[in-house]
Amino acid sequence: MSGINLVESKLDPAKTIYSREILAGEPWIHPVKKGQYFRIVDLHGNQAVDTLFYNEHDYSDRYSAQDTIQQQCNIYLTTGTKLISTAGTVLLTIVADTCGRHDTLGGACATESNMVRYALEKRHMHACRNSFMKAVIEWDHGMSKRDIANNINFFMNVPVTKEGKLTFEDGISDPGKYVEMRAETDVLVLISNCPQLNNPCNAYNPTPIQVLIWDGTEA
Amino acid sequence: MEENSVLWEETIQPGAAWSHVLKRGTALRLMDLEGGANVGAIFYNFECPVERYNMPDTLKAQHIARLTKGFVLYSDMGRILCSIVEDQVGWHDPIGGTSRAKNVEEKYGPSRYQEQRNDCYKNGRDSFLIEMAKWGLDPRDLAANVNFFSRVDVAEDGSMSFAVGNSKAGDFVETRAEMNVLVILNTCQHPLDPNPRYAPKSVKASIRRVPAPSADDPCRISRAENGRGFTLTERYFL
Repeated sequence: MSGINLVESKLDPAKTIYSREILAGEPWIHPVKKGQYFRIVDLHGNQAVDTLFYNEHDYSDRYSAQDTIQQQCNIYLTTGTKLISTAGTVLLTIVADTCGRHDTLGGACATESNMVRYALEKRHMHACRNSFMKAVIEWDHGMSKRDIANNINFFMNVPVTKEGKLTFEDGISDPGKYVEMRAETDVLVLISNCPQLNNPCNAYNPTPIQVLIWDGTEA
Repeated sequence: MEENSVLWEETIQPGAAWSHVLKRGTALRLMDLEGGANVGAIFYNFECPVERYNMPDTLKAQHIARLTKGFVLYSDMGRILCSIVEDQVGWHDPIGGTSRAKNVEEKYGPSRYQEQRNDCYKNGRDSFLIEMAKWGLDPRDLAANVNFFSRVDVAEDGSMSFAVGNSKAGDFVETRAEMNVLVILNTCQHPLDPNPRYAPKSVKASIRRVPAPSADDPCRISRAENGRGFTLTERYFL
């Protein structure tokens, strides 16, 4: 498979300033400061980690899927990708990646999109955009549905064909694979550890992930 | 187009912004007047603009990374804002995004109204934000946009390339509103257009009244997902 850039991190997991396991279906919201390193580990393999980033000093300046792929002229995220905001700010740079390819076109599942994609009776099922909503309501910093932008799906493989088809392919991630980013400005991270049960991309089995933060002095 | 069904039409100048509440039961036809036009567009539910066009939902419901006749534009609420009912181009770009001031200056050089008057350079992002502000929308409402008339190909390694000459003079695309849709658009050049000169193109916008989509409407029956999308959209009006 082409277009991947496998790079291992030199950071020591014993020297983090923050480490937490996020169970399947759970949201997580947390600041990461400029210069800090932020890693997401796919503990059990092929788990979709739906992720949004915000400029911590201005939530209206947030991760933009279109600006990110346009800037690098490539739809896949991997080592070297700069995650660009709507205002053109570089929020983070991917500095290590043992999976090699991450999606930002497939978006997050929602109760409404599940009704369209699978069946009208799927409305009740857990979905990422409900998790995002729950997290920003509890965060209580004035964020709302208007702030739920188009996200990154770490560890998901969603190729586009030359005929212009979007395809959901089998995952290329495995247990223990990770992606690591350096914050280029103070950011707020919002994750939904995807609860999707209708899509074979995670073998119909959502699993826990690990998030780790280093203060950056080690790098 | 039956001439007597046209309610009004106007030319949208090169590099201009435009907005309109496209009522359910009407359609917007955009015609590329010179060839090589680009129309960046974002769509909102006029009655509740927090419901807006959603690129990923549109792509994954229909398994597409291009837009043409038979496809629809989904909101983030599982409803269909617009259906593409006519298209002579065959490929419109939903992934390439829009231009911004910094890129426009780097690409085409500096430009000020003081010297160039109405020929000064525009960019897509500022054009969207200014036109959105007229409807009470701000940067938190800026969503991913569609680029009508432009084509972006994706290679196996994920690299994106702009297809020159995708749209010819006289080509048109027509979107039928399935809700009351606030359309925000501009004719700024595509951000990946390799043309080193600032050369946006004009388009003609025509609004006409159209019948409600029938039970066998091509967009409705193009795939099961769209059938459910129409059901959810029609329930909204019950």
